[in-house]
This record gives sequence, C-alpha cells and structure tokens, in this order.
Amino acid sequence: MKIAVLVKEVPDTWGDRRIDPATKRVDRSGDLVIDEINEKAVEVALLTKEANSGSEVTAVTMGPHHALAAVRKALAMGADNGIHIEDDGLAGSDAVQTSAALAAALRDRGFDLIIAGNESTDGRAGAVPAMLAERLGFAQLTFLRTLAVDGATVSGERLTATGHLDVTAQLPAVVSVTEQIAEARFPSFKGILSAKKKKVDAVSLGDLGLAGDDTGGAHSWSVVEQVTERPARQGGTIIKDDGTAGTQVAEFLIAAKLI
Amino acid sequence: MAQVLILAQHVDGELAASTGELLAAAAIAGDPAAVIVVDEGDGAELAAKLGSLGAQNVYVASTPNASGTLITPQVAAMHAAVQAASPSAVIVGSDTDSREIAARLAVRADGALLHDVEGIEGSGDSLVVSQQAFGGSYSVRAVAARGIPIISLRPNSVEGAAPAAAGTVIPIDIAGDTAPASTISGRHEKGEQSERPSLQTADIVVSGGRGLGSQEKFVLVEQLADSLGAAVGASRAAVDAGYVDHTMQVGQTGVTVSPTLYIALGISGAIQHRAGMQSAKTIIAINKDADSPIFDIADFGVVGDIFTVVPQLIEAVKARKG
Repeated sequence: MKIAVLVKEVPDTWGDRRIDPATKRVDRSGDLVIDEINEKAVEVALLTKEANSGSEVTAVTMGPHHALAAVRKALAMGADNGIHIEDDGLAGSDAVQTSAALAAALRDRGFDLIIAGNESTDGRAGAVPAMLAERLGFAQLTFLRTLAVDGATVSGERLTATGHLDVTAQLPAVVSVTEQIAEARFPSFKGILSAKKKKVDAVSLGDLGLAGDDTGGAHSWSVVEQVTERPARQGGTIIKDDGTAGTQVAEFLIAAKLI
Repeated sequence: MAQVLILAQHVDGELAASTGELLAAAAIAGDPAAVIVVDEGDGAELAAKLGSLGAQNVYVASTPNASGTLITPQVAAMHAAVQAASPSAVIVGSDTDSREIAARLAVRADGALLHDVEGIEGSGDSLVVSQQAFGGSYSVRAVAARGIPIISLRPNSVEGAAPAAAGTVIPIDIAGDTAPASTISGRHEKGEQSERPSLQTADIVVSGGRGLGSQEKFVLVEQLADSLGAAVGASRAAVDAGYVDHTMQVGQTGVTVSPTLYIALGISGAIQHRAGMQSAKTIIAINKDADSPIFDIADFGVVGDIFTVVPQLIEAVKARKG
C-alpha cells in the first residue's frame, strides 16, 4: 500500500503566536514546530504500514525551505521518503490553492491512502483534507478518532460535536485524524541518523502544471483585508480562600448582574 | 437582490438548531433560500418549516440513503443549487459536516472559503466577514476576491430572524454525482434535547480540569453548572485523564467558547486552554495553585480548594435564586 501523510510547520502553540500586520499572514519568524496533530498522522501512517507488509510511507509538505524540517521529523519517526513542494510563487496560498498544489503533487503517484491531521493549530479551517478528496476523486473519511484498514476497506469512528459516527469507505481515500487517534512515537537515534539519507523529492510550481495566475497570495480566492490585535486580557481580583471564598464569588457574580 | 443559499441540516425530520440563524444571516446579504437533501419524498414538510424561518425558495434533492452517506450528497446538492440559483453567497453552519461540505463546495463551485465566521456585513460584491485568529488574540476581516463567498458561520453570531417567506419547493437532481461515497453505518450521538445548554452556544460555561482528580469527583463541575443553568466543559487534561467525554473539551484543539461567564475549576490555564475561552466576557477561576496562569486572565480568582469553595458557592447561588 502506498501511503502519503501530510505534515506542516506551525508556530509553537506554547509560544507567543503573531500575525504580521504588514503581510496579514501568520508570522513564521518565531519558533516553528511540526504540528502535533501531524505527528499523530505520521504515527497512524506507520502503524498502517506495519500492518500491511510491502507498504511505503511518504511525508508531504508545502512551504518555504525551512518547512523541510517537518518532513525530516516524519522521516526520523520512520517514514520512507518525502515530497517538499517549495516555490516562492505559492507563498500566501489559501486553502483552495493549497489543496490544488497538493492534489497536483500527489496525483498520478499511485497513492492508496492519504492521511492528514483534522485541522492545523494555525489556520484551523480543517478544509484541506476534504478539498483534497474532492480534487483527487478519492473517498473522504475525515475527523477519525479510530482507523482500521482491511484490504481495500477503510473504516473508523468520525468525531462529531455530540458523539461519533461509524464510517466506512473504499480505497483510495483521504482520511484525517483527531488527537485521540494515537500517541506519536519518538524518533530513535538510528531514525534521526537515517532520516538525513532518505530521499525527498523537491517539487516546484513548474512541476505542478498549475497556472501562474491562479497561485500565490496575489491570486487567492479569500483575502484578509484587515487584522487587528485584540487588547491582552488583564487579571482582576485574586483572593486566598479564608473560608468565605465561595460566598465572595457569589457576591461578585451578583454585583456583576451575572446571577 | 440575489439569493443567498444556506444548507439546512436535519436529523429525523428535525432541522438543526442553527437553521434559523443561518437564514437570518442570509437575509443580511440577500434573499434567503435553503438547500435540503432528503432520503425520499419531496421535502415539503421541511420546506414549510424553512419557509416559516425565512426561506423564500427551498432547493430539494431527494436521493436514496442520503442520511447514510457522509457529506457527498450535500456537496452535490449545494453545487446543483448554486448552478440553479446563481447566489451571491453560500452560508453553512460550523458543525464538522457543514464545514467540510463548504470546503468541497469551494473547490467544485470555484468559490472562496471563509471559515469560522462570527459576523457578516454588506451584500453582493461588498460582503465582508469577521473572524478571529489564534484563540481570539486577533480580529480579522476578510472578503472573497474570486468566486462567491462560501461561509461557515459560528453559532450566536447573528441576532434576529428573517421574515417568514413562502418556502417554495424547487426540486434539484443530483443523480449524476460521481464522487465516491463513504457510508455511515452507525450514529452514536447525544440528542440536542439534552437538559444542559450546548457548550458552543451557552451563556454560562463551567469547566473542570485535572484538579477534579477523578471521573467521580467531576460531578462537582456538573452540580455548579446545573445551579447556574450552564453548559459543562473541560480542559484537555481532564479529557485525557478520562474524567469526561472529548465532546466537552474547550481549547485549541477542542471547542472555542465565548460565553458571558466562564468559570474554570481546577484548571491551571495552559495557553492551549486559554485559546479556547479567553474571549469570554467574564472569567472566574478557582484553583489551589496560586501560580496558575489562569489567574492572569481571571476577573475574579480564588486560590483555594475547589472541594470546599465550590459547594459553598453552589449554596450561595441556590440561596440567591431561591
């Protein structure tokens, strides 16, 4: 089975995340890490490979040169090879454009299963996996908290706001996974060393065959017109419980007309 | 004015709670019309309900086992309706299905995806949406530069209702759809008729964290919530520890809430939790560790034992409410 897993570098959610007021794009000058949900997607790809002998896992990313680090992390965890879509002409792509570039890079490579995180921590649109299924004509099985592949059948539990659905599809399919799916393994020392030797295909705009007037932030479908930083929240009154704190909270709520 | 299409989701003949709000949002930007997909029949009953909520036209796709198929029938129906109605915008809800339907429709109908929208202004080419980024740290205004705007709308974003309209049924045909289907073989969901308000739309949210210590003791959170008529939430730590179900998770990777009042019990307030609740109007925190970051954003904080403070608070709330 040929498995592709999508990975992406994002600003560290433990740090201070900013939007650049000039470009109106995410400021990527700070600490960047592979999105945690992507590590889980890689884990699922590796588990699927281990259960289906003869399988191969390809880690795929799109982004500037630095984004290669996310692919290297996946290779260190055990992915076999990588694809890095890198071109200045793709900078500022929206989800519609990102899915077009990913679809162009993945089409005709014979992938049976494409695995992604359900949504990134920076954009949080959760749109690219569905768009990719649409563009490739693959079945879509997304927001899965469990995943089983049996022959050509893929099934799992799809997370919803009030519970879950049991869902099934036939390969080829695009699946996305939620954070409950698995704990990601740590790369071994040997894995880190061998990651440097694994092959990563560099793919440019010319290789994708996309029209130049459809790509990049200057031609995106959705455009951010204005970004305003909201004032930081100020702390209020903090008391130490002296035996009356519960009553004092109630008094605060009454004074604020909240109860 | 051009039509604005909404997707009306329904289960067992009941429209989703957000339907009226979607039609009210559509009325801001144009003439409201709805799209529904039914397993059988002509959809007349749902169309009548949609008319009373403001839909002038109701585009109905009838296809066998639509309710047992994941998303693709709705994508095909929305696309067929877009072709039939030439709308100036499309608006769907913020549930996972609707968000993914919007994503696929943006590709199929060559539209611009505007997700997690919390406000709509203007109409036609001058439609602008407001969104938030990084857990409410930024306000964003965005537009569709190419194609029609395809919007997923957060609940409680638009006030009022659209005036009642005819709800004229217009059948649409999706028999030619070739997208590979995924099958839904089982539904395990709590109904919307739960006694507590839903987390995403509640006016008051009471959340518990690791400080509760166990699944049994988490009942304290529920008791305070019930005394206030509030929804119950949880931190990721409490979900990971198995105290409560994942559907209650508030934070970066869970539900984002902006209630009037948010009460955090035994929650340290990691940055990922704050990303899901810091736009609440008033925040109360009770936690035994004085150094917890939750106190940096709390309007009123108590350093103390939740198991002594909260029962006292519940008594005081009950006394107040009589």
